[in-house]
Amino acid sequence: MIDWLVRPLSYGFMQRGLAASLMVGILCAVVGCYVVLRSMAFLGDALAHAVLPGVALAYLLGGNLLVGALIAALVVALGIGFLSRRGAVKEDTAIGILFAAALSLGVVLISTIRTYAVDLTHILFGNVLGVSSTDLWLIGGLGAVVLATIALLYKEFLVVSFDPVLGATLRLPVAFLRTTLLILLALTIVVSLQTVGVGLVAAMLVTPGATAYLLTRRLFPMMLLAAGVGIVSSVVGLYLSFYLDVASGAAVVLTATAIFLLAFLLAPRRGWVWAGVRRLRAGR
Amino acid sequence: MSNSLLEPARLDLDGVSVAYNGAPVLRDVTLQVPHGAQVAVVGPNGAGKSTLFKALVGLLPIQRGRVLIHGRPLRSHQDCVAYVPQREEVDWHFPVSVADVVMMGRYGRLGWVRRPGAADRAVVARCLEQLGIADLAGRPIGELSGGQQQRVFLARALAQEPHILLMDEPFTGVDAATQGAVLQLLEQLEPMGVTVLVSTHDLNLAAARFKQVLLLNRSVVAYGPPQHVLTPAHITVAFGGQALFLGSEAVIVDQCCPPDLPGGQP
Repeated sequence: MIDWLVRPLSYGFMQRGLAASLMVGILCAVVGCYVVLRSMAFLGDALAHAVLPGVALAYLLGGNLLVGALIAALVVALGIGFLSRRGAVKEDTAIGILFAAALSLGVVLISTIRTYAVDLTHILFGNVLGVSSTDLWLIGGLGAVVLATIALLYKEFLVVSFDPVLGATLRLPVAFLRTTLLILLALTIVVSLQTVGVGLVAAMLVTPGATAYLLTRRLFPMMLLAAGVGIVSSVVGLYLSFYLDVASGAAVVLTATAIFLLAFLLAPRRGWVWAGVRRLRAGR
Repeated sequence: MSNSLLEPARLDLDGVSVAYNGAPVLRDVTLQVPHGAQVAVVGPNGAGKSTLFKALVGLLPIQRGRVLIHGRPLRSHQDCVAYVPQREEVDWHFPVSVADVVMMGRYGRLGWVRRPGAADRAVVARCLEQLGIADLAGRPIGELSGGQQQRVFLARALAQEPHILLMDEPFTGVDAATQGAVLQLLEQLEPMGVTVLVSTHDLNLAAARFKQVLLLNRSVVAYGPPQHVLTPAHITVAFGGQALFLGSEAVIVDQCCPPDLPGGQP
């Protein structure tokens, strides 16, 4: 059993992969709590796809792919804020427009790349086992910035998420805080690309937070629980991927989904099974 | 407070006009509310009661005129204005406890980055006590009844230690116990010198429990003691066809939550 657990860690790529998935699992889970509570799942998915032109451009210019992704995500995040400011169009409309535009631009750029680009497929689907130690430092550094910002602005983010009207009466810069949250989301997505890829980032943002939401009714415990779900799914997913030889990002997401389903069925008092039991008892 | 007569009026509106989504709602509102006064704001649906409150807390821009608090223009300092929103405007599924929500009232005084301390927790505990919901402190807000939710938001407004308290329809859709708690709170606030504006549909309550009444319909119809404000002439101006007079008695066809009557528009 111990050998079963230790053996994968004798490989350097597995050590780095585990470290990367753990950091991404925690980061996505914590930021994801805001995504769940503010109904930003669509936005998260859109931002993840919107990085594609940035990545393609960076590839064509021979630059760092993550930097390209970061710039693209920030441009789209700010663009959504700009289009939906003062209600010119609704936010989800602005997201839909920019999401599709960025994705199309990415496809156009990629189609100009003749050679088969391994790095590019890694951005699309993630390749946690290809993480270099430079990537690890980048993930750790950006992740620390995001988590520190959330810790420092905890009460401000709480107010603008729960009750923007109170935020305005307290003279908080509501628009500035909302934009800051968007930027943190963009950073999180970019950092996560390496492990779970464009297609699955949204799941890592939403699933742990949604699981925690079923189990607690306070924000801080919700963040801790979500981080726990992120950690467990990262570790379990990575081992599954090692032993079953399946794609690591997908294994992590499926593990998180399994935990969510367990919580959905069995959550104390709120779970589906408990509701069924209550119905049965009431029926008697 | 010894020289309160020499101080400028706590709340001073001078020719204030406010628009909502580009459409003008309030025109040329001029009035002065002295320190510690409690004013009932009444008028038909769409008269601009909520709009007035939202303009006073800076949620809606003031198009013309000016608002002075303690003789200084709005937004030039911490305005010490607390606003209790209508219950429908809040996300009740958000994962926060009753104590968390009331603590939010302290955030304005705390400033950036700083965390609440023992003094803030003491204020929160006192405000919960004052509204009779101390036993609910740890409960998620989604599990509360409508009346309890109303009291949580009143406790939060108290925790802001405001000079001016604006309550939007605190008597609508709540149980008798909550209505009693709100009225009791108003009595407690009077000696503390907190200026209170309460919007309500209940003209009887306004006449019976408030020394000052502001009758609004897009602009000020009348402002002063209830016996001078709630006269048949003023009520006809404010409520139009909804006012019905039987002898000398005024009857208002209740405009809250209009039923499916043709022409039931305010």
